[in-house]
Amino acid sequence: MSKTTQAPKALRGVGNFIDDRFHLAKTGEKNLRKVFPNHWSFMLGEIALYSFIILLVTGVFLTLWFKPSMLEVVYDGSYERLQGVPMSEAFASTLHIDFDVRGGFLVRQIHHWAALIFVASLVVHMLRVFFTGAFRKPREINWLIGVAIFALAMVEGLFGYSLPDDLPSGMGIRILQGVMLAIPLVGSYISMFLFGGEFPGEDIITRLYMLHVLLLPAILLALIVAHFMILWHQKHTQYPGQGRTDKKVVGTPMFPAFAVKAGGFFFFTFAVIAGLSAFVQINPVHLFGPFTPTSITSGLQPDWYMGFLEGSLRIFPNTLDFTIPIGQGYPIVTAVLIPGLGIMGLLFGALGAWPFIEQWITGDKRARNVADRPRNAPTRTALGVGGIVFYGLLWLAGSNDILSETFSINLYLTTYIFRVLIFVGPVLGYVITKRICLGLQRRDRETLEHGYESGIIQQLPSGEFIEVHKESSAETTHVLESKPVISSTALEEPETDDKGVENPNARKGMGRFRRALAHWYTKDNVSFEGVEAHTGHHLHHGAENEGKGH
Amino acid sequence: MTEKNNNDNNEGGADERVVGTPTDTTDVVTETSAHSDSEHNGPYLASETHKRSEEQQRRGEKVASIWFLVAFLGGIGFLVSYFLFPPNAAGEPAIADPQIGQYSNALLGGTLTLAMFAIGAGMTVWARNVMPHYEVASPYDELPSKEEEKSSFSEFFMKSADESGFTKRPLMRRTLILAMLPLGLAPIVLLRDTGPLPGDKMKETRWTDGMRMYVEGTHRHLRAEDLENDPYGMISALPALDDEGYPHGMSLTDQAKSVILLIKVPEDDWKPGMDTPVREGSDETHMNWTHQGIVAYSKICTHVGCPAALYERTTHRILCPCHQSTFDATDAAKVVFGPAHRPLPQLPIGVDDEGYLVARGDFNEPTGPTFWEYKD
Repeated sequence: MSKTTQAPKALRGVGNFIDDRFHLAKTGEKNLRKVFPNHWSFMLGEIALYSFIILLVTGVFLTLWFKPSMLEVVYDGSYERLQGVPMSEAFASTLHIDFDVRGGFLVRQIHHWAALIFVASLVVHMLRVFFTGAFRKPREINWLIGVAIFALAMVEGLFGYSLPDDLPSGMGIRILQGVMLAIPLVGSYISMFLFGGEFPGEDIITRLYMLHVLLLPAILLALIVAHFMILWHQKHTQYPGQGRTDKKVVGTPMFPAFAVKAGGFFFFTFAVIAGLSAFVQINPVHLFGPFTPTSITSGLQPDWYMGFLEGSLRIFPNTLDFTIPIGQGYPIVTAVLIPGLGIMGLLFGALGAWPFIEQWITGDKRARNVADRPRNAPTRTALGVGGIVFYGLLWLAGSNDILSETFSINLYLTTYIFRVLIFVGPVLGYVITKRICLGLQRRDRETLEHGYESGIIQQLPSGEFIEVHKESSAETTHVLESKPVISSTALEEPETDDKGVENPNARKGMGRFRRALAHWYTKDNVSFEGVEAHTGHHLHHGAENEGKGH
Repeated sequence: MTEKNNNDNNEGGADERVVGTPTDTTDVVTETSAHSDSEHNGPYLASETHKRSEEQQRRGEKVASIWFLVAFLGGIGFLVSYFLFPPNAAGEPAIADPQIGQYSNALLGGTLTLAMFAIGAGMTVWARNVMPHYEVASPYDELPSKEEEKSSFSEFFMKSADESGFTKRPLMRRTLILAMLPLGLAPIVLLRDTGPLPGDKMKETRWTDGMRMYVEGTHRHLRAEDLENDPYGMISALPALDDEGYPHGMSLTDQAKSVILLIKVPEDDWKPGMDTPVREGSDETHMNWTHQGIVAYSKICTHVGCPAALYERTTHRILCPCHQSTFDATDAAKVVFGPAHRPLPQLPIGVDDEGYLVARGDFNEPTGPTFWEYKD
């Protein structure tokens, strides 16, 4: 067809200038040829990345006017309804951004919406990675980095939410301080050091500002860069399909196609965030008014990602609290410690540990580049859903007052309901999900053996009606056939040898425990053994199985 | 599989490739273009490149260009919207007016959204209709290095370490580690002055014997009658202080500790908890600390410190809206529901000679969230 366009002289000049100094031609080509597998779920992490970029840019804009100071001033800016009200300089400068800087309101809204979407997309991205087993070797370290990004993003979000010093934002800090105080022995010291004295003191906003715009973003940026470089180095996982193996990745090359697609997707992400910011009001601090530690409004809700902690603080009873009977007595405030810190430890601990736990259970040490279809790892998928239900219930419990009002349920009753559901819900989620996975596996086997239902009804010479099944496409067949067998090295050795002597590995505590876990992890699975594609009788019905019912 | 690749193709032994280096893709391109598709002149294999028809490409170009023109107009619209409403201009519609500010926000945001969306849409049309669809295969890197490479590395590393003396000269090594220790502590020590030690600071408030009270948010002294006439009344109050430099009369820190709820309780509604001592070993009971049916509790919840500002008159329950700790005002603020660890602290009250409500001392316990040494 057409001849290759010659690179413009200027571009060649720049290229040569760079290559003369860095010797990049070969590396450059290799990286431009980098392959990215195609699937919509691989774009979730991209949304997180793009929202982060938007956060950095809009954040810089906001720092041009924001004053991180708790000096009390009497507001005399242009927003009439708060004129003459005493407030901190931080809140006054936020009002300045909203009502005296053109586009300031919009950029503040974009910053807030981008933060909500950043955390949301990284959570959904993380779920995708979890359910497809993309955290497995060799990607465990990148998973850990991801968990750290999640944890930091939450803290970063909370601190950012606290900076304007409006009523709900100060209350978030108050709750944070209350949780700190509950820490045995050192709680009051931590609080005193962080706040530069008692709550709220006059330093906290200045300090949170430094953490929010300097320290935490720097760490986040470093982690995100590391996350991305590891992804680049190890290459992306891919879903099963023809030609795709643990050794070979198939997809769109970076240049030209992926660059344009990803660029376009960045603009879509920005468009959605800008659209929300233009038309959906978020965090209207001018309506909330300045923070005072003595006032509050009912129906207060944190940003969504803090909701699960709020919920756990609400439903955890004080019945487990106790006092250590030494001297005057020292309280162990479990009703703050467990929901405030324990749940976070549980969440991030479980996320961080799971790849290693799963590897220990299965003994699978191979590098896995082809992602699992969630149904093909039913125990993992079911556990994941159990976790989502647990998190989701805590999150809902964080709005139990809103639920109580909306549905006219007694407030205390909602608390009791959540206290029960938090135990029952995850178990139900686990059991139901596992059944669904196994059902889907069975259907896969059915499709593999008998093809798909064509919707054509045929009458056999015997008078019987059947639905004609047709062979699935080669691609579908390949995907179905590639179902991995879930096994564990722990179960390879029999429990007793042929002489009836117990296997020494299975007798010791840890070995026995691992065998039990391996059994639990692998037992429920639909075996595809002996199944050959398109051998089922449905496909050959008319010819072979005359007269046989089914 | 057209691409030569050691990883999944063991029979092609001639194609030696050092682990960790990229495949020689250029070679592959020449090879295929030589025998399969002499027409193909793209950067990737013909078999991996699914070209769009010329007609589709031409249509794609048109549609993408329309989107880019829309984006251009959106961008112009953004610039125009910026100058449409000035900030705080006298007599003109300015963004300082929340209504106008909302229009400005919607216009700026709307045009920005339009521009961004149109660029995204144009690029998507470009990628989907003009550019070929690629399905390029590429090997994953073989992960562990070869055994020889690994052992060569570790041998090199240990030889170097030995030669440097680090492993063989323990005195030097240990003194170096020793030298690091105090420096490692330095950053932590430097944080010492971020705040004072707690001491007794959290256990004392500004309330003293004889101090009058302001209704919260005002500078009006409270009298007993303000509550006496309302059998179910509740008023939020602060110590009557007028510290300099604080528009509220006192710092937020002082407010956070000393704010109280004054509640009038009808005679018959008191519960037996009121007759227990205010703290262990004290002669005074909670009832002694009330004045003519008025009781004063700290407004700050003992759970994590939100103001327990909701008061249910008929049941005399104080409810914290944050986490729904509920306290019984007629029963020494006992926790009747929710996560709070302990009752709200009580403030002893009375009236002075002129009939103003006053404190008769400080709270019986530290106010605010429960902390480790609150009983000391």
